[in-house]
Amino acid sequence: MTDKLINVTIDDIPVSVPAGTTIIEAAKQAGVLVPHYCYHPSLPSPALCRMCLVEVEKAPKLMPACVTEVTEGQVVRVQSEPATRAREAVLEFLLINHPLDCPICDQAGECELQDYVFQEGRAGTRYGDYPKRFNPVEDFGPDILYVPNRCILCTRCVRFMDDVAQTPVLNVSERGDRAFIGIDPGQRLDHPWAGNVVDLCPVGSLVSKDFLHRARAWDLDKTPSVCPGCTQGCNITIETRDAAVVRLRPRPNLEVNRHFMCDQGRSDYRWMNRGDRAEVPLARDGSRSLPLDWDDALDRLGALAGQGTGRVVVLASGRASLESLGWTIRLVAGREVTAAIRVPLGDEAPLAGVPDLALRRERVPNLDGARLAGYSASWDDALRGVDGAGLVLVLDADLAEPEAARLARAGTVVVLHSVDDAQLAGASLLLPVTTMAEENGTYVNRGGRVQRFHQARPAPGLARPAWWIAAEAWARAGPGRVSPATAAEAFTRLGETIDALRGLTYEDLGLTGRLLAEPPPRSARRSDRPPAPSAR
Amino acid sequence: MGYPHPPDPKETVVLSQYFGDAAARTYQGWVDRGGYAALRKALAMTPDAIIEEVKASGLRGRGGAGFPTGLKWSFMPKGDTRPHYLCCNADESEPGTFKDREIMRWTPHALIEGCAIASHAIGAEICYIYIRGEFTEPLKIMQKAVAEAYANGAIGPNAFGSGRRIEMVIHRGAGAYICGEETALMNSLEGKRGNPRIKPPFPAAVGLFGMPTTINNVETLAAVPHILTRGAAWYKGLCLSSPKSTGTKLFSVCGHVLKPGNYEVTMGFPMKELIYELAGGLRPGRILKAVIPGGSSVPIMSREEAEGALCDYEGIAEKGSMLGSAGFIVMDDSADIVYEVYRLARFYAHESCAQCTQCREGTAWTTRILERILGGEGKPADFDLLLELSEQMTGKTICVLSDSCAAPIVSGLRKFRGEFERYLKAGAGDHTAT
Repeated sequence: MTDKLINVTIDDIPVSVPAGTTIIEAAKQAGVLVPHYCYHPSLPSPALCRMCLVEVEKAPKLMPACVTEVTEGQVVRVQSEPATRAREAVLEFLLINHPLDCPICDQAGECELQDYVFQEGRAGTRYGDYPKRFNPVEDFGPDILYVPNRCILCTRCVRFMDDVAQTPVLNVSERGDRAFIGIDPGQRLDHPWAGNVVDLCPVGSLVSKDFLHRARAWDLDKTPSVCPGCTQGCNITIETRDAAVVRLRPRPNLEVNRHFMCDQGRSDYRWMNRGDRAEVPLARDGSRSLPLDWDDALDRLGALAGQGTGRVVVLASGRASLESLGWTIRLVAGREVTAAIRVPLGDEAPLAGVPDLALRRERVPNLDGARLAGYSASWDDALRGVDGAGLVLVLDADLAEPEAARLARAGTVVVLHSVDDAQLAGASLLLPVTTMAEENGTYVNRGGRVQRFHQARPAPGLARPAWWIAAEAWARAGPGRVSPATAAEAFTRLGETIDALRGLTYEDLGLTGRLLAEPPPRSARRSDRPPAPSAR
Repeated sequence: MGYPHPPDPKETVVLSQYFGDAAARTYQGWVDRGGYAALRKALAMTPDAIIEEVKASGLRGRGGAGFPTGLKWSFMPKGDTRPHYLCCNADESEPGTFKDREIMRWTPHALIEGCAIASHAIGAEICYIYIRGEFTEPLKIMQKAVAEAYANGAIGPNAFGSGRRIEMVIHRGAGAYICGEETALMNSLEGKRGNPRIKPPFPAAVGLFGMPTTINNVETLAAVPHILTRGAAWYKGLCLSSPKSTGTKLFSVCGHVLKPGNYEVTMGFPMKELIYELAGGLRPGRILKAVIPGGSSVPIMSREEAEGALCDYEGIAEKGSMLGSAGFIVMDDSADIVYEVYRLARFYAHESCAQCTQCREGTAWTTRILERILGGEGKPADFDLLLELSEQMTGKTICVLSDSCAAPIVSGLRKFRGEFERYLKAGAGDHTAT
């Protein structure tokens, strides 16, 4: 592609796109959806479903929009009579062998076949009484079932495995209308990124065993978020039914994860639904636990943090948001602080066909954010510092039994925890916090991209975001302090203590995040601008 | 043609001169008959000069599309350092067509010579000859001939001492009709599933293994040596009608004729003479009903159309069909057009590669409808349905297999509607669908 812009008209809407753009992408720019099945922006285009045929002025026949590049002055019609008739025909051809099992199909409600047939398909069938093609359901892999009867042979799954995962185990078997998707003998669809074929499948042919019959698509609420699985920071959607998380899916971000996420990240959501949650602030008095209201609890925390003496050790979870990490540090500012997050390690699992995309070794989402906020990854050093420390703050970190026992060697222990953990009973103050699924916040990924995640489910009981607890306690610990009321404000005010974030707001981040290295956003430049001369 | 019957005086034997002459199969036998003179001459010429000569001859692709051969060769990029490839399409699987088979059976060295000349002209060092899997006899003969050509230095690292490297590799297909489509053939050669590729890019830009590639039919390449030895003007002069169709052409005539076989005549030869005189006419008491002239993938011609047609690209197009591969399927009045159309549709439904929706589902669906009509279960609405499906199967897909299925259906319904209607009235006919 070059910088040269090409002017085309699509359904009477003029649009200018870079040379080399395909008609289907140019149509997106014009706000026109060209129905399609085999085309996917992250896969090579074979132009075989023939759904995206459009009328191009002066062309002798309908052209596939997914592979035809725009030319200057081109006039394209998506809604012309020949094009709509061709689409209607493709839909009819696809339906003759497609079962009418939408009522029991997981894809119903988010099925591209269902959608397009509803939009412009025929209401009745002309196929008659012929039996439809039948093949039994196949078990392709640990989480993937293949339902061949629903398959429309778009080959997105085959191309994903061939060209993106570069582990070609899927194929088109047989010919003509007997064709189906086959898996090579002795192979399993168990690539660490194989789950993406379920998302890519435009119909309910490849389904996730985990999600099987779990929810109807129209009952799901979808919340934009960031995968908390590793430092890659894949953009995801958290899908909830009522308040329960039932599925994580990738959310497109061409700079981070394109349209994909790994199976590890995809499957790791059950902790979001845990029932054994901390719900009430508690003070420990000897062997007794005393429930507190937040006012009381925050007063106590403010006093411990602001007036106490001795070193402070902060032991934080790698999943804690940038806001929580930043405000916790601010709470104990002025004292000698050792702060660390725990970083579990695993094997790296790259997605071969996408540069710079992998399940990373460091299995925390906010390592760079933690560093920015003044935390290290030297967990063991920080743990050693517990001995004789004046105050230890545990910020929702998972502690092993000996680690929890070690807390007894510190002066005072305050625990902010999401899960009710009996091992931490020795703490003097236990405050319930929300998880990343229950709050708004940001993570900084390994590339220095600040990305927002949104609240996907309600907080249990009295649990509050850790940043709110830290900020409220900070406000009570000194005169004239005003705490932020919202996550947006909490984020903006991180810039007061962290230079790299100065001037950044949630609005600047949008839904796809912003690189810290990028030039400061407009809002920051405005505030940095020297005052205008007062006299003309 | 000299086999299995003596040439008819009306034939112009060029390619088929040595058909039936087993001695012509050997290297020495071929040289004795004037063979390899053209290759020696070509190796002394520049590639551009060869291309100009072929352009001047008016030779057009004999595989079915009729694209000018010299022009196709000239599309190959010049002066680039990438490997170029020549593919010889010997995957002759078109129903009713058996001309390439005879060229390979009787004059394998003519094909090798043509391939070598073309390789030189397009700057290819390797030529792949993709032979249909079912062609066991031609395969053996070709393998022996290639080995002989290597042994005599006609091809190899230094063809006839010219310094040109021309290698030849014979690849045997695995029995898929679609692999005769040029881009599917390339996929097959690469070891992939034989699916046609979307064009553009065209093979001359991105072909075999992603490199510039020219692909020609057996008969096209076999004609090239004659053009070089006898001259473009001579070849261009072989023309009885339209000046756009030159040279001789092998016509495979089969079906209800008394002398089925290959007949080599000059372009523009009257179809009536070809069927009634050369091919011996119909069985006594029978009259001509229909001819499918281009293998099976073209519209059916009625008796009037066929008897008035001239056998060249333009002459047959004028009568609403296409010359295609020039495999004439002749049907007399004993033929059941509904059954024939059904049988062809079933063939295409079996051979569809399953990529494009219209083809994958459409070929099978039309087959079922035709089967239903044959079984006496048809409905009047079926005809319109067939025509509508055929329209959507035409010009909408990556390759023309689906168009090929639709062409006989549409022309059959248009020209022989009465036969279809009889099935609605009378129920199942003589032929029961199998």
